[in-house]
Amino acid sequence: MVSSAEALVKDANQTLKLDVRDLSIYYGDTPALENVTLDVREHEIFGIIGPANAGKTSFLKTLNRMDMFTSNMKVQGDIHFNGFDIQKTRNIYALRSRIGVVFPLPVGLPLTIYENVALSPRLSGIRNKADLDVIVERCLTRAALWDEVKDRLDSLGSLLSGGQQQRLTIARALSQEPDVLMLDEFSIAVDPVTTMRIEDVLKELKSEMTIILVTNLVQQARRLADRTAFFLEGKCVEIGDTEDLFTGNAKEQSTIDYIEGKFG
Amino acid sequence: MFEISELNKRNRKTQKLFQILFMMMTLLLITPVLIILGTLIYKGGSIISVDFLFTHPTDGMTAGGIFPALFGTVWIVAVALLASVPIGVAAAIYLSEYAPDNWLTRIINLAIINLAGVPSIVHALFGVGAFVIFFKFGTSILAASLTLAIMTLPVVIVASRESLQAVPKAFREACWNMGATRWQTIRRVVLPNAVSGILTGVILEVSRTTGETAPIMFTGAAFFLPFLPQSVFDQTMALSLHLFVVSTQVPGVPEELPYGVALVLIAMVLLMNSISIAFRMYLRGKKKW
Repeated sequence: MVSSAEALVKDANQTLKLDVRDLSIYYGDTPALENVTLDVREHEIFGIIGPANAGKTSFLKTLNRMDMFTSNMKVQGDIHFNGFDIQKTRNIYALRSRIGVVFPLPVGLPLTIYENVALSPRLSGIRNKADLDVIVERCLTRAALWDEVKDRLDSLGSLLSGGQQQRLTIARALSQEPDVLMLDEFSIAVDPVTTMRIEDVLKELKSEMTIILVTNLVQQARRLADRTAFFLEGKCVEIGDTEDLFTGNAKEQSTIDYIEGKFG
Repeated sequence: MFEISELNKRNRKTQKLFQILFMMMTLLLITPVLIILGTLIYKGGSIISVDFLFTHPTDGMTAGGIFPALFGTVWIVAVALLASVPIGVAAAIYLSEYAPDNWLTRIINLAIINLAGVPSIVHALFGVGAFVIFFKFGTSILAASLTLAIMTLPVVIVASRESLQAVPKAFREACWNMGATRWQTIRRVVLPNAVSGILTGVILEVSRTTGETAPIMFTGAAFFLPFLPQSVFDQTMALSLHLFVVSTQVPGVPEELPYGVALVLIAMVLLMNSISIAFRMYLRGKKKW
């Protein structure tokens, strides 16, 4: 009984959420990322570390097809999401709604706190107020923000503090009920205490979804990520179990140097 | 340590000089406005009364009120708005939210700016050709309003486009990332935050439409009519043309009459602008970022 449950968990861990093959990204003729092949497994936190201009953000953009809003951005290679080729899917809106995104600088939409979180359910056609109430409370609670804002859900989301706004955007991403949550350097504009609270939230969310964590803090990757990829100057230098990378078992010297803070 | 040096003194003097210079220019700017308003009130104020506003002209337009002209102007402006606001706002939304940045878009933008620079008499002649003759609307409120609508479209488009562009791009991207379509993003986030700017454009258009004379005098406004228009296919009198007529075309008009008409015309425009400013301040108080 116990062993079969364990086997199930193990199987789930092996399921590929994202399968990226030979991905190259160009802005005009300038490559931003070249020949990246990696996979992200279900229910793992996949960390991506690397200095600025490594192509981390461009990588995230291609995963939910946001590249189409940047006119000179070209994408080559294959990306499969849940086994579907995302370049071939016509319903990119459904794809995007399966992927929650959290930006470096919190974007509180110019709506009330309630409407920020209710927006995505509304877009997907939920009109019933009681249903929306439930979703809003659940998402704000999971983002560790409910207690701070439950008495002022009708005030503007954009007036919250930076750390609260970032948790609001996480709540908003969760309201999409995503398969994958992508966070792009979420702690840049957030104080250390809030950062730790969000990290705790992410650890809990792992059981429900797959998380891709781009971070400029190598220690954050160490604390959270199951596996970590190191991007440098448009190349994926190395992918490995986070524990291995951080205990000196990285294969590449540049990975070791970056993790030890010798550059970056 | 903080003694005043010669250089300090000179700098301060220069700074004071420029401040005064700029202030004088500003005062100079508002002087004509004050003189115009003052003259109109002084010379035409005595004739303004409820009767003046709500009765017909009598004695070959040398006495009586201005009601048909006032009524006609309101009609012309209203129909012009009905025609131009939906088209203008839709075009602004397309240009701001959908149009790719290519040569065609750039040409359209250039054309809009140039359309704003076309003299009103040219619009008037276009209106005669297009609406009065080609579409067979005759000289009518409809033809006059459509001519005005085309003339003021650039105002609406530019003001609306600017206010749409003022909504930060990050809001749109956040919405798109959630799986919202462009239209959902526009409806839920962009448009609600651009409404105040769009309204400003509309009210600017109203002020301009109210005062225009040339575009309506060949297309729908009449010298004198004993009856009020019954539909948009009738001719009408209009305040701006009436002012022109009583000041230059009719002999024996008492001096205060044209001043009174001008005062009513200006009061209408000022009223409209005040409403727009008040509304903008109200919406700005609710500004959300």
